[in-house]
Amino acid sequence: MKRYVQKLGMFLLLLGSWELLTRVGVWSPHLFPGPLTVAKSLVAMVGDGRLAEATLRSLGRLGRAYLMSVAIGVPLGLLMARLAFFRNAVKPVVSGLQALPSICWLPLALLWFGLTDSAILFVVVMGSVLAIAIATEDSVNGVDPQLVRVASTLGVKGMRFQLGVMLPAALPGIVTGLKLGWSFAWRALLAGELLFVSGGLGQLLTVGRELMDVAQVMAVMVAIILIGMTVDRVLFQTVEGKLRRRWGLTNAV
Amino acid sequence: MLRALLGRWRSSLRLLRPAHVEPERAKISVAQLGHQYANKVVALQNVDLNVRSGEFVCLLGPSGCGKSTLLYALAGQVTPTGGTVRIDGKAIRGPGPERLLMFQEAALFPWLTVRGNITFALGAKGVPRSERRERADMYIRRVQLTGFEDTLPHQLSGGMKMRASLARALAMDPTVLLMDEPFGSLDAQTRIHMQELLQSIWLRTGKTVVFVTHDVHEALMLGTRVVLMAPRPGRVVSDLEVHLPMPRKPEDAGLNEMVRHLRGLLRDVEEPARAEAATHRVPERPAARPTLPAHGMPRPAR
Ligand SMILES: Nc1ncnc2c1ncn2[C@@H]1O[C@H](COP(=O)(O)OP(=O)(O)OP(=O)(O)O)[C@@H](O)[C@H]1O
Ligand SMILES: [Mg+2]
Repeated sequence: MKRYVQKLGMFLLLLGSWELLTRVGVWSPHLFPGPLTVAKSLVAMVGDGRLAEATLRSLGRLGRAYLMSVAIGVPLGLLMARLAFFRNAVKPVVSGLQALPSICWLPLALLWFGLTDSAILFVVVMGSVLAIAIATEDSVNGVDPQLVRVASTLGVKGMRFQLGVMLPAALPGIVTGLKLGWSFAWRALLAGELLFVSGGLGQLLTVGRELMDVAQVMAVMVAIILIGMTVDRVLFQTVEGKLRRRWGLTNAV
Repeated sequence: MLRALLGRWRSSLRLLRPAHVEPERAKISVAQLGHQYANKVVALQNVDLNVRSGEFVCLLGPSGCGKSTLLYALAGQVTPTGGTVRIDGKAIRGPGPERLLMFQEAALFPWLTVRGNITFALGAKGVPRSERRERADMYIRRVQLTGFEDTLPHQLSGGMKMRASLARALAMDPTVLLMDEPFGSLDAQTRIHMQELLQSIWLRTGKTVVFVTHDVHEALMLGTRVVLMAPRPGRVVSDLEVHLPMPRKPEDAGLNEMVRHLRGLLRDVEEPARAEAATHRVPERPAARPTLPAHGMPRPAR
């Protein structure tokens, strides 16, 4: 209860100081609209369906790209952790490419795929797949050697060992990696959408800028924050929390 | 004074006699076992040990004398650099289903319930799915964990975790149970309770047990044999049979007599090591180290 009061208090304080800043009038209200103006713009976009359409478009892309990333990244991470060839040859490549900010793939993607959805999907996949692979590999390597020893003394071998011991032991780490991959994908997606006309939240931002509609720009930013937070809360924190509780990794009693 | 000491020695000697087991008749036969770790530490040197079927052997010795290394070699978790380990006359190669190693920690799979831990292990052993649950519950009952079948390991106390781990080990039904200080991390009361539980289970099932401990009382409470080891290099210095009827009680007078006697022996084993540590700055170790008596001699009245 106290936590919620604190949160709410902070939130109101922030809004209050924002409103105060606009009222003081240091900047022109066109360039620095107050929270009320922004809220109005947000409501307007929700009302005429622009926001919903853009959100659906963006999330649809994100969903597809993210599923691809998971489908490639997790197996790749497992292979890097378990097979010498992947560890020696593939892992350095993956770590090297990981150093490249995902948006740097856009020019290449545009040349390869043209101005299509595929170009953005490619950027998003490249932005998250490596992080997922590396996190998966890390968590498999970080499995408690004691559990591996116990499995061997109990005679747990082969697929039963891989799926029954290694995978669950690494699962909390893998889920953390998936969460990280998600936030990378989300960033890559918006960066991509900002850079060329595509429909979606990124384009909504660009349009706002072109129309000099600062309130719209800010409203879309708010919407992006809200969507990102919701997905993180609803999807990942619940799954991660449940998992960590079951695995006994939290210190809550 | 001297007479009292002598009398005590006699009574201990009656209850603690050197063990002689022929390799041909042993369940576990360790011959000339040596192990050197990659960092050149000689953890074991010329270890001979023969264990009969159904014996409860306690490996006792100061820290670092190679007890765990010897146990892991029996389990097949460590490949010794010299010598052989035979079970029923056959040299072992790696872990096997007839031997089961238990660690100092309970080492349960944290994502599985108590019952799940046991059924998962039974699955690996090839027990049909329909029988697993029933068998798991039987062993849970045996270690007195009834009511905690569906509890996750992190919700159990240390002693309960250890009991769950014991249930899992027993459910695998190995003929040889290898235990590395399984009760080392428990408080004194829980520990005695666990010892009594293990003893009653051992009496009922007649398994061969090799049990590592550095607690003299625990060794004498549980063991039909106590093997005393010394460090640097790790070796067996005496191998004694404990002639005390089972089940034993922790406060038994004869037992406590032997505890005192064995503590003395253990101190003798530890002392050269301490002296060595004190003169650590001297680079060369004297070639002639004081040799220890082969078995249960009392400390001479100086
Ligand atoms: N993995 C290892 N690599 C190198 N040296 C090791 C390793 N494990 C043990 N040793 C060394 O081997 C010797 C024997 O170790 P071991 O663990 O068998 O002793 P222990 O009798 O079980 O001791 P404790 O009672 O403390 O458990 C020690 O000197 C130790 O330093
Ligand atoms: Mg040890």
